[in-house]
Amino acid sequence: MSDVVEKTLTALPSLLSLDSQPGSGKLSSTSKLGNLIRGITELTSKHEEEKLIQRELSSIKEQVASPNTSMRQMKELMVRAIYCEMLGYEASFSYIHAIKLAQQGTVLEKRVGYLAVSLFLNESHELLLLLVNTVLKDLQSTNLIEVCMALTVVSQMFPKDMIPAILPLVEEKLTHPKEIIRRKAVLALYKFYLIAPNQVQHIHNKFRKALCDKDPGVMTASLHIYLQMIKENPEGYKDLTASFVTILKQVVGGKLPMDFNYHSVPAPWLQIQLLRILSLLGKDDQSTSEMMYEVLDESLRRAEMNHNITYAILYECVKSIYTIHPKAELLEKAAKCIGNFVLSPKINLKYLGLKALTYVVQQDANLALQHQLTIIECLDHSDLVIKRETLELLFRITNAQNVTVIVEKMLEFLRLSKDDYTTIDLVGKVAELWFIETMNTVFSLGGDMMQPDIPNSFLRLLSEGFDSTEEDRQLRLFAVDSYVSLLQGEPGRLPQRFLQVISWVLGEYSHLREGLEPATTLRLLAKLLDMKHTSSETKSWVLLAMSKLCEGPDCVSLAQELSERHGGSLDTVLRQRVQELRHLSEDAELRASVLPRDAAQEPLEVDSSLSFLDGFVSEALSAGAAPYKPPHQRQEELAQAKALSLEPYGLSLPISMSSCSLADRQSPTLLSMSSGLSGNSTDLSHKGGSTTLKLDGVKRVWGKDGYLAQKEPVEESAQVEVPSPLCSPSRQGGADSTHSQTPTPTPTPEPEKEKQQLASSLFVGLGSQSSVCLMGKSEQTPQRFRRKAKGQGSSSGASEQISNSHYSTQSTVDNLLCNNLLDSTVTSDLAVSTPEQTPQLSQEVATTNGTCDAEQDLIEETDPGNSPSLIRANSTVTADPPAHKDPDRPKDSCLSSHLPAELAGLSHSEIIPLCSSQNLDLSACHVQKEDALLLVIFIENSSDSDIECLLFLSQVSCVTDSPVEAVRSLSVSVYQYSLMVKRPAAHVALAGTASYHMALLTQSMLVSCFCLTSLLFLCLGRPLCVSTEEYGTLWLAFSQDTKQNLALLNDGQDPLTATLDVLKNKLQLHVVDIIGAEGIVACRLLQGQPCLMHCRVHAGSLAVWLRSPVPDLPDCLLYHCQRALQEH
Amino acid sequence: MIKFVLMVNRQGQTRLSRYYEPVELSRRAALESELVRVCLSRSKDQVCLPDFRLVYRQYAALFIVVGISDSENELSVYELVHNFVEVLDKYFSRVVSDTIMFNLDKVHIILDEMIQNGHVVETNKSRILAPLTALDKMADG
Repeated sequence: MSDVVEKTLTALPSLLSLDSQPGSGKLSSTSKLGNLIRGITELTSKHEEEKLIQRELSSIKEQVASPNTSMRQMKELMVRAIYCEMLGYEASFSYIHAIKLAQQGTVLEKRVGYLAVSLFLNESHELLLLLVNTVLKDLQSTNLIEVCMALTVVSQMFPKDMIPAILPLVEEKLTHPKEIIRRKAVLALYKFYLIAPNQVQHIHNKFRKALCDKDPGVMTASLHIYLQMIKENPEGYKDLTASFVTILKQVVGGKLPMDFNYHSVPAPWLQIQLLRILSLLGKDDQSTSEMMYEVLDESLRRAEMNHNITYAILYECVKSIYTIHPKAELLEKAAKCIGNFVLSPKINLKYLGLKALTYVVQQDANLALQHQLTIIECLDHSDLVIKRETLELLFRITNAQNVTVIVEKMLEFLRLSKDDYTTIDLVGKVAELWFIETMNTVFSLGGDMMQPDIPNSFLRLLSEGFDSTEEDRQLRLFAVDSYVSLLQGEPGRLPQRFLQVISWVLGEYSHLREGLEPATTLRLLAKLLDMKHTSSETKSWVLLAMSKLCEGPDCVSLAQELSERHGGSLDTVLRQRVQELRHLSEDAELRASVLPRDAAQEPLEVDSSLSFLDGFVSEALSAGAAPYKPPHQRQEELAQAKALSLEPYGLSLPISMSSCSLADRQSPTLLSMSSGLSGNSTDLSHKGGSTTLKLDGVKRVWGKDGYLAQKEPVEESAQVEVPSPLCSPSRQGGADSTHSQTPTPTPTPEPEKEKQQLASSLFVGLGSQSSVCLMGKSEQTPQRFRRKAKGQGSSSGASEQISNSHYSTQSTVDNLLCNNLLDSTVTSDLAVSTPEQTPQLSQEVATTNGTCDAEQDLIEETDPGNSPSLIRANSTVTADPPAHKDPDRPKDSCLSSHLPAELAGLSHSEIIPLCSSQNLDLSACHVQKEDALLLVIFIENSSDSDIECLLFLSQVSCVTDSPVEAVRSLSVSVYQYSLMVKRPAAHVALAGTASYHMALLTQSMLVSCFCLTSLLFLCLGRPLCVSTEEYGTLWLAFSQDTKQNLALLNDGQDPLTATLDVLKNKLQLHVVDIIGAEGIVACRLLQGQPCLMHCRVHAGSLAVWLRSPVPDLPDCLLYHCQRALQEH
Repeated sequence: MIKFVLMVNRQGQTRLSRYYEPVELSRRAALESELVRVCLSRSKDQVCLPDFRLVYRQYAALFIVVGISDSENELSVYELVHNFVEVLDKYFSRVVSDTIMFNLDKVHIILDEMIQNGHVVETNKSRILAPLTALDKMADG
């Protein structure tokens, strides 16, 4: 330092020095600046401030213009002008004087002049050119301080075009004996590199020299250039890796002079800079990465001091380790480091930990699993920043399985931070962008199998929008962009549903995208029409979208062409759409009134009685036309007229299911969906698609406020038992606590449990190794099972029993209570399944294999068949001793006495033996309660010793406390299960296992399966009491419909009443009204989903038309009606 | 990278501002008052705003607020702020809020030695102060 000033010091006598403190503020505080600042500080209103500053500015203006103002005064004025500008008041008149001050002032005045210039002017300001000469002069000065100042200002701002003028001078300074000059010259070159890289290309080797400079400051300065260059072209600088590694090693090893330390950490910012460079070099490059493993390890090890700055280095280190080619050992250390951060009670560290996790999960999602409970806690952290960062993290780990929960959390956050500045904006966007993308995935994958209400709700959400119009616009725009690019790709692979969504969105919103010609969109859409796989329903969506878009001459000709091509289509609807398209494309005015833009939000009134046609009808009638007759009436008349039975052909209704036998009931949902194009009832909903969506009765998954949480899954997940992945966070106070991978068996308290549930839903589907347990819904069975098994194993030592169940069911049982449990194990063979055949359970098998030495798999197959019994029992197959009791022996009388007291008064079904083995018999019956259907299982122990029995049923929730119970000798244990139905289905299979353990007979087991048929309506159905009018409104609101003919009972009197009475009694239906030959009936499921039935006597049979908001419900009810009538 | 450095008091009055990315003069006042509002409403040290993250430290009645980009290491900036204050303390021998106010030019000169173009260019205290002490000696002399 003394070198820098040696010349000046000798030149100037320091006699006048008044105070020894180099930078005392005493003088200034009495100055005019001091007065100004004090004045402003005392002010209370913005208005007063403005007045004061204006006065100040005019005073400054006057003085700077005065020729008598000395440079010293000028300096003072400049500082005041800087102050005024800082407060937001422009002082442009002073700019030129700042340049003058830099030019004419001496030392500090000059420096303030330069400072004022760098604060006042931006890099493109034309006045900056006036500075070039001053800089040039100062660079050549013999006064080092002036050279220094000039280099400082050059590295802050310099006109790009004037670089050549000073470049040689700056380059020359690279070899200056003083380090400060060399350092500033490097920084100036860095600036040149930033604004005009080609200007400094020829001096790259000089940069290398700077890198190897003996002074660490110069070297540090050169790293800025290298970081930038390596960012742009990492390949070009791989040869420097060794140098950077060596430098870092030296820095970490404390080889720098002490004054580079910050709180005894050697040059922390330099370390960080080097780590950044290394991570850029090592990315996707194994050999380069290998060179730096050692130093990274060293950095991790050295940075153990408990100080913020070491954490900052650690963070950078961890980031590097996860960026470069992975090394297991380092990754482990880095992961531990992140763990310490995340668990730290200090907000800053927690934040950094979350940020690191967010970065890391992209490489290794498993790490998030390790910290899931902490992350859950962070979600509810009082600090918004932590919350926000947590959401960012969740955003990164979003997958198909946890998507709903995460979005729910995001929206929760949004609601909370409604007024909290624009964080809402960001998160909102994140959620939205994500939303479209995810929906794209959902549509592409879910395809045509998904329920029709999903795309409907999606479109509704898009059209109704959120609270802010700008956000809506963004969302729609994003959707349009995303869809256009999808169509430009390979639209042939997209499912029909998705194509329909795409068409609608493009039709409605593609005008939002500037520069996207309607003709371009039209051509993209037209391409869909020519594809082989496009269904006619989709085609009409496409055509409708095209009608909305048709604008301009290009489009008209395209429309003409299309109408020629598709005008002759066999599909009438399609033909109509093509005609519409042609007409609307020719008449813009008509189009605007028929298909107004942005009208999607406006409610569309559907006049279902078609009253607007009344005039037309009466005209036609008066002109002699025949009055309209509904199709069934026509048919009836036709039948009567010709006296021919048309029975085999059924009704001419759009979808008729000629038979309702089990074999034909493959996919009722699909069938009723595809009825959407013909038929008068569905035409309405189709028309609705053009302007507003018909969504009544559709299950609302997405609402205005976001995802509508559904209770059932939550309840269900309440039973998920989570092996706590780490020690519970409450016990992990400090950042230093280490975590083990072993699950701790400590019982978790209630709130903990909630968090674990949340964790299970958030982290589902992450990672594949089960070193940390995944807690997906679909795996709850194995999960629970394994724990039980383990617990038992440890208590009974070597004699442990593990049972396994495999179930195979026929495809008719596809729509089961919990389709997630069974959907992949549908086989139709009767053979014993091996674990390989049941992939879903293979994991369970694997886990049990680890804990037991001998096990047997016994598989039962049930045939839903036509058995009228409610519970079909299947006798057990045990490998060892054959069942010694007759399973059909009635034991109703003795067992029913064992029914729990609270159930004794209720009616129960026949008690049916399920299975038995040696000394144990299982029987079951079901009991109807007002609000639930209970399944009661009796376990009878006929031996003279106690038997410990473990009963486990999938899909049902146990009412009795514990499924593990000792059955006393010669007594009966009773279990209760409540049955819930998620989706209606004709058949419900319950699979269960009962494993027991006797003191003498070890290692025997029992597997049982039983099937519940017909239970649904008989037991879960409840009458729905509505009036005829309510019925009418409901009828219109429901979208799922099915039509069928049923046998009519002929018991003498009125066949309709008789038939309905039978149904009423057997299926608990509510007969709303009977008018002549027609009757209306309503019922609902236990959970409240309604189903309406319209019956009409026609040609000796009962034509029924069922409607419900739930997809499979009509089919289900129909099936049970048939059964009920058959049995009658 | 660092986008700006601000010094504000509790009343929300700006004591120093340095932008490393062009921001319209007219926009600055609004931005600054918003930042102060955000900082005052929190007791913690980091804030996130849409375009940038904020790192700030409070010294008595003075807030030092730094706006940084997403990729910057918050904790290192947090400590950089402290380093800056330590340098000021060393130069002014016990820095107080008023000293900074009345020596706007010198605080700027110190800052210019530490941060340029949004990057940390020097953190070594004696090297940061070298040019300024030299200037002082010449001016006094």
